Amino acid sequence: MQELNAKNTNVGNEAAIWEEEDIAAPPASMLRDLVTAYRRNRLATLGAIIVLVLFFLAIFAPRLSPYDPLAIDLDLMTQAPSRAHWLGTDQFGRDLLTRILYGTRISLEVGIIPTLLSMTIGTSLGLISGYYGGKVDMAIMRLCDIVMAFPSLLLAMAIMYTLGASLLNIFIALAVVGWAGTARVVRSQVLSLKEKEFVEAARAVGVRNRVIMVRHILPNCLPALIVLFTMGIPGAILSEASLSFLGVGAQPPTPSWGLIITSGKEYLFSAPWIAISPGVFILFTALAFNFMGDGLRDALDPYMKQ
Amino acid sequence: MLPRGALLGNWRQWEASQMARFILKRLLISIPIMIGITIIIFVLLNVVPGDPVALMMKEHISVDVVARVRAQMHLDDPAFIRYFRFLFGALRGDLGESYKLQRPVAALILGAFPTTFVLALWAALFAWIVGIPAGILSAVKKYSLPDNLFMGFSLMGVSMPIFWSALLFQWCFAVKLGWLPVAGFSSWKYVIMPAVVLGWSSAGTIARLTRSSLLEVMRNDYIRTARAKGLRELPVIFKHALKNSLLPVVTVMAIQVAGLLSGAILTESVFGIPGVGRIAVNAIQARDMPLLQGTVLFETLLVVLGNLTADILYAFLDPRIKVN
Repeated sequence: MQELNAKNTNVGNEAAIWEEEDIAAPPASMLRDLVTAYRRNRLATLGAIIVLVLFFLAIFAPRLSPYDPLAIDLDLMTQAPSRAHWLGTDQFGRDLLTRILYGTRISLEVGIIPTLLSMTIGTSLGLISGYYGGKVDMAIMRLCDIVMAFPSLLLAMAIMYTLGASLLNIFIALAVVGWAGTARVVRSQVLSLKEKEFVEAARAVGVRNRVIMVRHILPNCLPALIVLFTMGIPGAILSEASLSFLGVGAQPPTPSWGLIITSGKEYLFSAPWIAISPGVFILFTALAFNFMGDGLRDALDPYMKQ
Repeated sequence: MLPRGALLGNWRQWEASQMARFILKRLLISIPIMIGITIIIFVLLNVVPGDPVALMMKEHISVDVVARVRAQMHLDDPAFIRYFRFLFGALRGDLGESYKLQRPVAALILGAFPTTFVLALWAALFAWIVGIPAGILSAVKKYSLPDNLFMGFSLMGVSMPIFWSALLFQWCFAVKLGWLPVAGFSSWKYVIMPAVVLGWSSAGTIARLTRSSLLEVMRNDYIRTARAKGLRELPVIFKHALKNSLLPVVTVMAIQVAGLLSGAILTESVFGIPGVGRIAVNAIQARDMPLLQGTVLFETLLVVLGNLTADILYAFLDPRIKVN
């Protein structure tokens, strides 16, 4: 941490060199520090393991399960968990575990893509807002206030109403709903960063504003962005599940976890496993990312204090 | 600089005028935000492809009937004229008429609102009654078993889809145990499950906030002083630390309006509660634009009011705020 601060206060072009190095290949000691700090948090380590397992399941779903997630077999309707079907079958005789495994793909996509999108929008606007200040800042911040005033689920529902229900539109809706939080965080980071000597130095030697923002300020926002990203994923996964549950998200027969729960709603009395098991997966996925986010926040804490 | 009133010994009056100025300023900021909200809602919901008239009348309608009804509904006017009609209508409390139900949207929403309000209020009460003591206990007995348990429950609250925990509660307490009714909203028994489900994540947020805030306050010098003069731990916590640590908690309560309203949409949907959230879901299913538009506007207005209350409440409780 001391090393980092020492380098931060160097003159502009040196800072730029350091930042380039930092992104491409961080000095081994810093990375090691991070890993050590992260691994001190046992729940965070557990979270990382769960996330790795989820990626493994998502990638190898077709290899792991002998069943087809979409093939309907009415002879096997709503069978209780058994040796052949570990989590039972749904109302169309499809193996529930297989559908959940394939659903892992959707949930990870839906967790990551809209979060990346919303963070790209939020980071750009936050950078501009914080760096230029004045009327631009005013306008962007008021826009943030406006977007944040909407109950997020309701705004997402209204967007889905306009765009139509599909997975792609969920990405758009969640990105539109979620960017404002990132913009605020990035803006506050930029506000303190732009007063630093290395920015002043860069400006003094005539580096253009856009370059200062992207090459000098943005890399210093990375620790906060990494934490925001990790913490944003569970929110996006839960939102997708909620939208699908309300019928404005993924459409059947997509094996989205939210959608499987919805279809299980009507069988709560006769086949409760349909509604219960996908929720357990959502819960553990969201918990894992939240644990990771906590661990990353603690590990990156020294780098976030500007 | 010292305020003039302070020199004259008129401190209270000065403070009141500062407060009034703060509230006024805060109200003025809300106006452009509300206007921005109406613009976003209007643009979002009025660019939908598809003819609402054709949708209303289904098949076998001649072209000129559609044209006449469109003209009656002013659907052919330029967008900005329709926007101002929407805005000034909304200002007068007129949110248009539901396509499907053929009744005024405002009346439909106001008719359902008491139900949502009761649900949200009980959920909020549950969140406070459970969240604050849990947070205090967690802070006092840091890293103990209860602390870990409470924080685990709290993390679960934000990691579970609300509709899933709702189904889980239904399955457990209504289907398996038969203690509570499955769905509906007719007596106090019907309120318990939805309120707990809806309030869970708020309770978790409040517990975590109370815990971290109390821990932070306990590090202050005045707490050390209180301990140094020989006070026992309990009076230190309840008489000195708690007051200050609950400041952020109070504001979060008001801010949570947005979260509760979002959650209520799902809770009402699972438990078949005829509230505003149900109206929104039905409006989407029926492609009833005015009804959806009115609901979004109404709920967002509630959130703005919640935020306003939070700010003003905070200024009342913490005198340092309004001067800045």
